[in-house]
Amino acid sequence: MLSKEQIAQRISKELQDGFYVNLGIGIPTLVANYVPENINVEFQSENGVLGMGSFPTKEQVDADIINAGKQTITTLPGASFFDSELSFGMIRGQHIDLTVLGAMEVSQNGDIANWKIPGKMVKGMGGAMDLVASAENIIVAMMHTNREGESKLLKQCSLPLTGVSCVKTIVTNLALLTIENGKFLLKETAPDVGVEYIKSVTEGELIVSPNCKTMFI
Amino acid sequence: MISKKVHSVQEALKGIKDDMTLLVGGFGLCGIPENSIAELVRLDVKKLTCVSNNAGVDDFGLGLLLQKHQIKKMISSYVGENHEFERQMLNNEIEVELIPQGTLAERCRSAKVGIPAFFTPAGVGTEVAKGKEVRVFNGKKYLLEYAVQADFALIKAWKGDEAGNIIFKGTARNFNQAMCGAAKINVVEVEELVPVGELNPNEIHVPGVFVQRIFQGEKYEKRIEKLTLKE
Repeated sequence: MLSKEQIAQRISKELQDGFYVNLGIGIPTLVANYVPENINVEFQSENGVLGMGSFPTKEQVDADIINAGKQTITTLPGASFFDSELSFGMIRGQHIDLTVLGAMEVSQNGDIANWKIPGKMVKGMGGAMDLVASAENIIVAMMHTNREGESKLLKQCSLPLTGVSCVKTIVTNLALLTIENGKFLLKETAPDVGVEYIKSVTEGELIVSPNCKTMFI
Repeated sequence: MISKKVHSVQEALKGIKDDMTLLVGGFGLCGIPENSIAELVRLDVKKLTCVSNNAGVDDFGLGLLLQKHQIKKMISSYVGENHEFERQMLNNEIEVELIPQGTLAERCRSAKVGIPAFFTPAGVGTEVAKGKEVRVFNGKKYLLEYAVQADFALIKAWKGDEAGNIIFKGTARNFNQAMCGAAKINVVEVEELVPVGELNPNEIHVPGVFVQRIFQGEKYEKRIEKLTLKE
């Protein structure tokens, strides 16, 4: 089984030279720690910055420079600031190459739910609906099951949707799957995790790719 | 020079009354109009509709107005950091309209630039789309969304001059730029108000034409919501 860091590490292998990338809160944020050394990517935060750097030292902290998770950050040489409207302009206008975000549920046709549990948790969708409605390339990073051990990869989402038929790839603590023709396609299994086990905790229809292999971290 | 300068926050917020709709800049606690919010608390205006990306935290930002039940309705994209707000919302003590962040920004910008409505893909197929017109362009579905209508915009900038030209700093720009000019009366508070001629015209983010009143804030706490340091 993969740790959260290892999920991020696996997703980092999908980064390509020249990519502008938006990382969501949680596991996706960790992807920034594993950018391969031989490529250049720039991280966008939808509150208005391109070229996000690491977290600041005590001396570098600036209350006016934060990421969309409201954490203090630094910027790298070549960074730029802009307003929310332009930020979502670059998202809707498909100038961002890759979006990585977390989810509560994903369905086999690529629907995603990650913003609301009726009657329980109502935090709001933030920028997630704009991101999933616009991005060409969406990777979901999440645990395969919820705290009760129930599958988060479903035939149909039970929670209110964030977006419809938009997710392309899912990396969980157990596997890497893609959405193909309305089904989950199992492409990689986490080390020491069997295909049968993954099937048993995947509620949606699952097809095992003929080229399915053990994940290389 | 047309001067937009006012001498106090009291003068700047003159005319704000119960039942009005206010646009409030900021993202989290970053770039919020601290002095204007404090004055709203003092004025004790009620039944406000506040359009702001977030609802502050329990004891700062718009949270200060929520504590005193001054807000009738919030229009936001994310309100997760404020427990009092979540409690009021789940108990139906406050009306809430949650809308996608990019849609919120565009609804403000549209109002500012004279566009009554626009189409966006955000929210198609979700409960956000309920009751909204859907149109297909180039094979993709889009929702019709409308420009906001507001009485006052409360904006925070870094520097400004007496003509109302303003410059933002870092990510404190966020919603402030799109909101500034989107309401009937646009009030800007700045950390430093300078005489005209001191700002470089090439570096102005919002020209003074979009501003009715500008003042220098008395003090800024600039509270950090999630101080995160390099390990």
